[in-house]
Amino acid sequence: MVSSLVSKNQISLNTHDPAQISLPADAQYQHQQFCQIWSFSGELVGRSQGAPAERLLPAEDTGFRNITQNGERLRVFAIVNRDLGGQVMVGDSLAMRDKLVHDVVAGFLWPALVILPVMAALIWFATARGLAPLDQLARQLEGRKVSDLGALPEGPSPPREIRPVTRALNDLLHRLAIARSRERDFISYAAHELKTPLAGLKMQAHVARRAEDDATRDHALAAIERSVTRTDRMVRQLLDLARVEQRKGETAGTDPGAVARQTLADLTDLADRRGVALGLDLPEERHEIASDEFLLTLALRNLIENAIQATPSGGEVRLALSLDGSRCTFDLRDGGTGLPEAIRARATEKFVKGTQFDDSGSGLGLAIATDALETLGGELRFEMLPDGHHTRIALPV
Amino acid sequence: MRLLVVEDDEVLADGLQVGLRMAGFTPDTVGTLEDARAALAGTEYGAIVLDLMLPDGSGLDLLAELRREGRREPILLLTARDGVSDRIAGLDAGADDYLGKPFDLDELAARLRALARRAEGRAEAVITVNGLSVDPGARRATFDGRDLNLSRREFSVLLALVERPGRVLAKSDIEERLYGWGEEIESNAIEVHIHHLRSKLGRDFIETLRGIGYRIRPKEALPSRSVSASS
Repeated sequence: MVSSLVSKNQISLNTHDPAQISLPADAQYQHQQFCQIWSFSGELVGRSQGAPAERLLPAEDTGFRNITQNGERLRVFAIVNRDLGGQVMVGDSLAMRDKLVHDVVAGFLWPALVILPVMAALIWFATARGLAPLDQLARQLEGRKVSDLGALPEGPSPPREIRPVTRALNDLLHRLAIARSRERDFISYAAHELKTPLAGLKMQAHVARRAEDDATRDHALAAIERSVTRTDRMVRQLLDLARVEQRKGETAGTDPGAVARQTLADLTDLADRRGVALGLDLPEERHEIASDEFLLTLALRNLIENAIQATPSGGEVRLALSLDGSRCTFDLRDGGTGLPEAIRARATEKFVKGTQFDDSGSGLGLAIATDALETLGGELRFEMLPDGHHTRIALPV
Repeated sequence: MRLLVVEDDEVLADGLQVGLRMAGFTPDTVGTLEDARAALAGTEYGAIVLDLMLPDGSGLDLLAELRREGRREPILLLTARDGVSDRIAGLDAGADDYLGKPFDLDELAARLRALARRAEGRAEAVITVNGLSVDPGARRATFDGRDLNLSRREFSVLLALVERPGRVLAKSDIEERLYGWGEEIESNAIEVHIHHLRSKLGRDFIETLRGIGYRIRPKEALPSRSVSASS
């Protein structure tokens, strides 16, 4: 700075009276900075107020130097200006510098020490306030009974941030409540349905105990056996139904021909007992479709079982599989008369029974098949044709 | 007593058919509302045992239908759904009694006898007429204090006659109460049973009204005997 003043001829180097140069200085940090200007001839051309009178650095010396003069530590910078023929030295007291640094640090530190706890308190308060609705929601959920699936209150002025969460939770609760009530209805229905075979068993046991002749007793015991077999089938179907409802419709490569063959093979015993012949027509080539083998098996088994039960002794149940680009179709022909008019509309509901079977079913078979096919994205149709009653199952490929 | 049992479960229906017969009833069993209507059109039943859930509809529908037609047969509902609200709905629809599945055969028989008794306008379980006591529950009859040894059919004929003393029962009425469907009725079977009863009760106890039928002879027409009891 002083050098530039000299360069701009604002300070003359030719005066014999050393000029008093005034430098900007804060009252507190007075005498901090000072300068000396020496001519090459060894005269002090000028010095600032507070600058020592003695030469600080030897002539011709340039650059930064730390020196001690009169017991005071100084830092001095010197340049030599040949055009003007002088050496300019600028310096300040290191003690003053340290004080400045100390004051600056102290000036920052004290406000920081005061402001930081205040800021922390403010942040803590704001966060707690912002999270209060979440806390409230959590408490509401914690305090809930398992059986309580009612909607959460959205409050008079719910914070906007929490509203989507509450709404999504309420939607989930609603769906859970529906599923739960459906399950409860089903369990109660199933329990009631099991009471009828139990009543039959109790009645026949009573008859068997009181029977006065062997024929009556044997008849009752045979009825008990029959009833146990049937009740067992009903329990199996209830389990199947529960399993169908668990399935989500994940698909894997399934060979519908193999499923059909295996299912028919499993039902040969039943068909033999009822004097019904089983037939299967498969396409020449083997195909795979994306389907759930378990569900397909379940649907086919229940429909074929129904077909066998509906067919009079000496009749035939025939299953034909056909595949084209977009559809896989099973055509199941039986010798029955189809679903009775009275129950046709309700036939796919659970526990609705036909009347034409002498070994009446549980009323679950068609419900299982319908549920399974629905999960598979398939369709079920019934049709009465001159050659017999047809059940058509169409599945996506 | 001739009963109509409407129950679609094959094993239970068969058990009721055999069990109720053993308990002294004459049951006819059907499995659908349609068959029940057909049976009711042709036969008079002492009581109806009606299941609620049937393949072609609800038993309650048949119940309401019968009551609308003014039929007064006692009706006992059988059902797997035996909650209080179900029982109320059944009784309010015109049923006389209600039994939840599974049930005891003896209880069903006792309730049916009670229904028959009320339908006849009696309160006491044992029917007493002209020195004859008939206990339909125990299927026992005593005459002047001694046990009568009666066959199943003889007891049924006697019970039919004493249920309303003085009423004349045609031979066909008695046959109808004694024989279910498909049972062979020999042409003179009723005459044979009446003959056996007379040999145990005395000639005059049962009166024959020629061309009309049979009845218990009213006490004023029995001058030779002192009468100790009445209906």
